[in-house]
Amino acid sequence: MRIQVEGARCQAYGLCVEHAPAAFQLDDWGYATAADDGLVTAPDVPGVEKAIAECPAQAIRRIDSD
Amino acid sequence: MKTIEARPTTRAVRLRRWPAGTGDSLLRERPESLADYRASWRPDIGFPALEQLADLCDRVGLRGRGGAGFPLATKLRAVGMRARAAGVAPVVVANGDEGEPASAKDRYLLRYRPHLVLDGLTIAAHALEAQRAVVYLADDELAAAVRGRLGGLDGPVPNVVLAPGRYVAGEETAAVRMISEGVPKPTAKPPRPHERGVDGRPTLVANVETLAHLARAVRLGPDVIAAAGTTDEPGVTLLTVVPDVGEACLVEVPFGVRLSELLRFLGVGTEPAPAAVLTGGFFGGFLPRSRWDVPIGHTSMRAADAALGCGSILVIRDGCPVDVAHELLDYFAEENARQCGVCINGTRAMADALGRVAAHQAEVEDPDRLRRWSETLPGRGDCALLDAACRIVSTLFAHTDGALQRHLDQPCATCARGHERRPRTRFAVGLARPSEGER
Repeated sequence: MRIQVEGARCQAYGLCVEHAPAAFQLDDWGYATAADDGLVTAPDVPGVEKAIAECPAQAIRRIDSD
Repeated sequence: MKTIEARPTTRAVRLRRWPAGTGDSLLRERPESLADYRASWRPDIGFPALEQLADLCDRVGLRGRGGAGFPLATKLRAVGMRARAAGVAPVVVANGDEGEPASAKDRYLLRYRPHLVLDGLTIAAHALEAQRAVVYLADDELAAAVRGRLGGLDGPVPNVVLAPGRYVAGEETAAVRMISEGVPKPTAKPPRPHERGVDGRPTLVANVETLAHLARAVRLGPDVIAAAGTTDEPGVTLLTVVPDVGEACLVEVPFGVRLSELLRFLGVGTEPAPAAVLTGGFFGGFLPRSRWDVPIGHTSMRAADAALGCGSILVIRDGCPVDVAHELLDYFAEENARQCGVCINGTRAMADALGRVAAHQAEVEDPDRLRRWSETLPGRGDCALLDAACRIVSTLFAHTDGALQRHLDQPCATCARGHERRPRTRFAVGLARPSEGER
C-alpha cells in the first residue's frame, strides 16, 4: 500500500498520527506527510485505512491503485 | 548587440552571444517573419512521426529548458502511449509563463522567434496527433503579439491562454489547471500532465525554448545542432545572467563552456570577484566557489551537484549571500500558491529567521531551526517551491564560505546597508515594449 498526503488539502488536524503513528510525520506547524515515501507496512494498514476514512480534510489518498 | 529596454520595475537584458562555436543562432535583432523563418529550412522536411521525432530528440540530447531538464523524447513517448491507450487525442502546450523573475529567454523567443516556437508546437502536435494546441504565457502584450503570428500554421491553431503572472503559475500542473479550470495553482502529483492533463487528456507541456530547439532539430537537422556544444550535450542554450548590480544579459552559449569563463566574458566574473553565484535561478541554490568552473550543461552541472534549471544565473557582486537568501525566501513566502500549510508556514518561518540573522538579531535556536527545516521540509509541498526554498537555505549553510556563521558572530555591514528591492526582488528582468518598427 502506498499513500500520499495532499499538502493543499491537509488542515493539520493530526488525526492521522493518532491512528497510525508510524505512517505519518507532522511538521512544526502540525501538517502531515506520509513517512517512508508513502510506503505503508502491513501492520500499519488498518490504522492508515482508518486515517484515510476519518481525515476531516480528506487529504490522504492511496496512490497505488490510481 | 543592442540592449532591450526594460519595463520600469525591471532591468534591461542585453543580448550577447558567446564569441565562438554557437553555429546557427537563436538570436535575432528584430522579430522574425514567417517567410524569413521558412527560408532557413532544409527542403522537403515535413512533420516527423512520433517515433522518428523522439529518436531525433534522443540523438540531439534535447532536454527541457523550463527547469527540470527532463528528456523531451521520454515525455513525447509517454504522452503518445497514454493517448493511444486511452483512445483520445492528446493536447500540446507551449509553456511561456516564465514565472522566474531572473529569466527573460522565453519572452524573448516568443517576441523575436515566434514562428520557431509555434513550429515546434506544431511539430509536436503532428507527432502526437493532437487536435488542440495552447500557448500559455503571462504577458498581455506578448499574448497579442503571438496572436498576430498564428496565421499560416500547418496544424491545429493554438489558443493563447494568459496566466496571471504569479511565480507558481508556470509549474506544469498549474498550467494545466489554469487552461482547464482557470485556476493557476499546482496540483498534487500523480497524476502528471502526461497522465491526466488539459481537460483530462494526456498533455505535453513543453517550455517555449524546448520547442524552439525541437523545431531547429527538425528544420535544420541534427548535424547543424551537433556543430555546437559537446558530444554529450550538443547545441546551444539561452541563459539569463543577472548580477545584483549592473547589466543583466540574455546570452546564447554552446553547452560545455565553463561557467567561470562565461562570467568573465560578460564582465561579472572579476573585479570584484562575486561573493556568491546561484544557478537555476531561484531554484538551484548557491554554487560553491570550487565549482564555478563547471561546464554549462544539464548533465555536467548535475554531476557537480548544481542545476542548470531554466538557465538563470544570479551573480552576487555587491550584496551579501545572507541578505540575498533572505530576499529569495521572502519572495517565496509571498509568491507561493497559498495552498499547502507546510509551504505557507515553512517559507515564512525560514524568511523571518534569515531576516533576523541578516540583522544580527538571531535567536539562539535560529541556526538549528533553519538547518532542520532545510533538511526535513523538502518533498512536503504539492509543488517544488518549498524544495527550492529549502535548497537556498541548505546551500547557504554549505556553500557560502561560512557566511551565515559570520553573521551570528558580528553584524554585517552589507546587510545593514540595505538595498532597494524592485519590486519584490532586485533580480527581476524583462523585455520592454518593442519599438514601432518591431510590431
